[in-house]
Amino acid sequence: MDIFLQQILNGLVLGSIYALIALGYTMVYGIMGLINFAHGEVVMFGAMVTITVVTTLMNAGVALPGPMLVLIGLLVAIPACMLLGYTIERVAYRPLRNAPKLAPLITAIGLSIVLQQVAILIWGRNYIPFPAILDHETIEIFGATITKLQLGIVALCLLLMIGLLVVVEKTKLGRAMRATSQNPAVASLMGVNVNTIISATFVMGSALGAIAGVMVATNYDQAHYYMGFMIGLKAFTAAVLGGIGNLGGAVAGGILLGIIESLGAGYIGDLTGGFLGSHYQDIFAFAVLIVVLIFRPSGLLGEKMADRA
Amino acid sequence: MTMDTNKKLAVFIASAIVLAVLPFVVGNTLGNSWVRTIDFALLYVMLALGLNIVVGFAGLLDLGFIAFYAVGAYTFALLGSPHFDIHLPFYISIPLGAGLAAMFGLLLGTPVLKLKGDYLAIVTLGFGEIVRIFMNNLNAPVNITNGPQGINLIDPIQVGGVSLGKAIEVFGFSLNPVHMYYYVFLFLTVVVVIMVYRLQHSRIGRAWVAMREDSIAAAAMGLNIRNIKLLAFALGALSGGVAGGLFATFQGFISPESFGLLESIMILAMVVLGGMGHIPGVILGAVVLTIAPEVLRDVIGPLQMHTFGKMIVDPENARMLLFGAAMVIMMLVRPEGMWPSKRRAAEFKDAKKG
Repeated sequence: MDIFLQQILNGLVLGSIYALIALGYTMVYGIMGLINFAHGEVVMFGAMVTITVVTTLMNAGVALPGPMLVLIGLLVAIPACMLLGYTIERVAYRPLRNAPKLAPLITAIGLSIVLQQVAILIWGRNYIPFPAILDHETIEIFGATITKLQLGIVALCLLLMIGLLVVVEKTKLGRAMRATSQNPAVASLMGVNVNTIISATFVMGSALGAIAGVMVATNYDQAHYYMGFMIGLKAFTAAVLGGIGNLGGAVAGGILLGIIESLGAGYIGDLTGGFLGSHYQDIFAFAVLIVVLIFRPSGLLGEKMADRA
Repeated sequence: MTMDTNKKLAVFIASAIVLAVLPFVVGNTLGNSWVRTIDFALLYVMLALGLNIVVGFAGLLDLGFIAFYAVGAYTFALLGSPHFDIHLPFYISIPLGAGLAAMFGLLLGTPVLKLKGDYLAIVTLGFGEIVRIFMNNLNAPVNITNGPQGINLIDPIQVGGVSLGKAIEVFGFSLNPVHMYYYVFLFLTVVVVIMVYRLQHSRIGRAWVAMREDSIAAAAMGLNIRNIKLLAFALGALSGGVAGGLFATFQGFISPESFGLLESIMILAMVVLGGMGHIPGVILGAVVLTIAPEVLRDVIGPLQMHTFGKMIVDPENARMLLFGAAMVIMMLVRPEGMWPSKRRAAEFKDAKKG
C-alpha cells in the first residue's frame, strides 16, 4: 500500500511539473493553433541560467540561504526566458502566420537545434549539477516519503496554475487572449492588438517554462542541454492528453501523465511477471495517450472540433 | 511536340550518364567518404519519398515515420547476422522487411483513423517512440534485439556469389563497397521514384489529394476514406522498410539510437523544405539536407583555421548551429519549399493575397 502511495506522490510531483510546461504549449496552441516545438528549449534555458547565477553567487561568496539563492537565480532566469520566448515568436512564427501549419513547425525545429547548440556553446555537453543548497529533508505521510522541496514544487505549481487561470479568466488581458483564440480577425476589430496578445502569450508561457525548468533541475539535481527535449515531449503529450488549447486540460493531463508514469514504472514488473521492467515507463505515457485519443479524439477535456475544409 | 520529346530524352540520357559515373567522379576527386554520403542521400531520398506519400499526398502529419525504417532495418539485421545465426539472402529479407513495415503502417493507421492534425502528429510520434523503446529493451528476458548495444556484423548483400561488403577488381577498376552499394541504392531509389510517380497520377493519388483538401467532400463523392488513409500509411511505410533494410546491410551495424525522433523530424524537414507533395522537390530536399551538414563539416574547421588561425567554435557545434539556422531561414524565405509543385505554389500565392 505504501508503495502505491509513494508512487502517487512521485507522480504528483512529476505531473505538476509536466502540467506547468504543458500550460506553455497549450496557451500558444489555443491562440495560434500551432505546436511551439521550441518550448522545451525555453525550459532548459531556465534551468541553465538559474544554475549559472546560483553558482556564480556562491563562488562570489554570497552567504544567503539556499532558497534565496534559487529565488535570485529565478529572478534572472524568468526575464531571460521571457525574452527568449518573445524572440522565438518574432523570428520563427510571426513571419509565417499565414503560411500552412507545417512551415512554422520546421522553423521551430530549426530554432530548437540552434538553441541547443547555443546551450552547448555556453554550458558544454556535460551534465551540470545543481549546487547542493536545497534541503532534501523528507516528510513521512502514511508510510510514504516526500521531500520538503517536492512539496514546495507541488505547492508552487498549484499557485502558478491558479494565478494563470485568474489572469486568463478575470483580467482584461485574459479576455483579449480568449477573444484572439476564438477569432483573431474579429478580436482585432474590437480593438485588441493581436500581435501584443500573441507576444504576451509566449512571454507568459516562457515564464512558466523557466520556473518548471528550475523545478526539474532541483528535483533531479542536474541539468543538461538536451533536457528540454524529453520533458517538452512529455509535457506536450500531457497537453494533448487533456485536450490541447484547454488550460484545465493541460493541468489534468500533466498530473494524470505523471501519476500514470510513476504507477506504470512501479508496477509494470509485477503486472507482467517480471517480463517488462521499469525502463518501459515511457511506453506507458504514450500508450495511454493513444488509447485515450482513440476513444476521445480531442483529448479528455478538449472540445469536439467540427470538420473544417 | 517532337522537339519536346527530344529534349526530354536528352535530359533523361544526360541525367542517366551523370548518375552512372557520379560515384567514380566523386570518389576520385573528393574521396570515398563522399560517395558514402551520396549513398546515404539515396537512402534518405527513399525515406523522404515514403513520408511524402503520407504527409504530402494524403496530408496526414506523421512524426513517427522512422519506426518503419527501424522495422525494415531490424528485420534485415535479425535475418542476416550472427545474432540468431540466420543468414537469409537479401532478396528475401528486404521484401520481408518492407512487408512487415507496411503491416506496421496498418497497425499504426487503424487506431488513428479518426484523428486529425496535431493529434495525429503526437500519436504517430508516440508510436515511433514506443517502437524505439521496445528495440532498446527487448534484450531481456529473451534477447531479441540485443538492446542498446544493437546488432553487429550484419551480412552484406551478396549477388551471385559476390559480396558487396568487400572491394573487388573489375577490368582493372577497383570497386569499393560504397560504389557497389551506390548502384543497388540507385536502382531501388529509381524503383521507388517510379512507384510514387505512378501512384500520384493514379486513381489512388487523386483520391489522396481529394481527401487532403476536403475529406468530407471526398467521402461524399464515394471515396472510402478509411481505405485510402490506410493505403497511404502502408505504402509510405513500405518504402521506409526498404530503406531500413538497405541501411542495415550497408552499415553492418544498427542500434536503437539511429531511430530516434530527431531522425523522423529530419525526414519531415526534407519533405517540407524540398516542397511537400512534389516528387522532384522532395528528392532535392533529401539530397540537400543530407549533403549540407557534411559540407559544413568539411568547411567550418579549415575556414576557422584560415581566418582566425585557431578554432574559435567547435566545428561540430558550429555545423549544427548553421544547419538549424539555415532551416529557419529557408523556411522564412520560401515557406512553400525550395521546389514546390505548380499547384502548391499557386495555392501559396492565393493565400498571400487573401
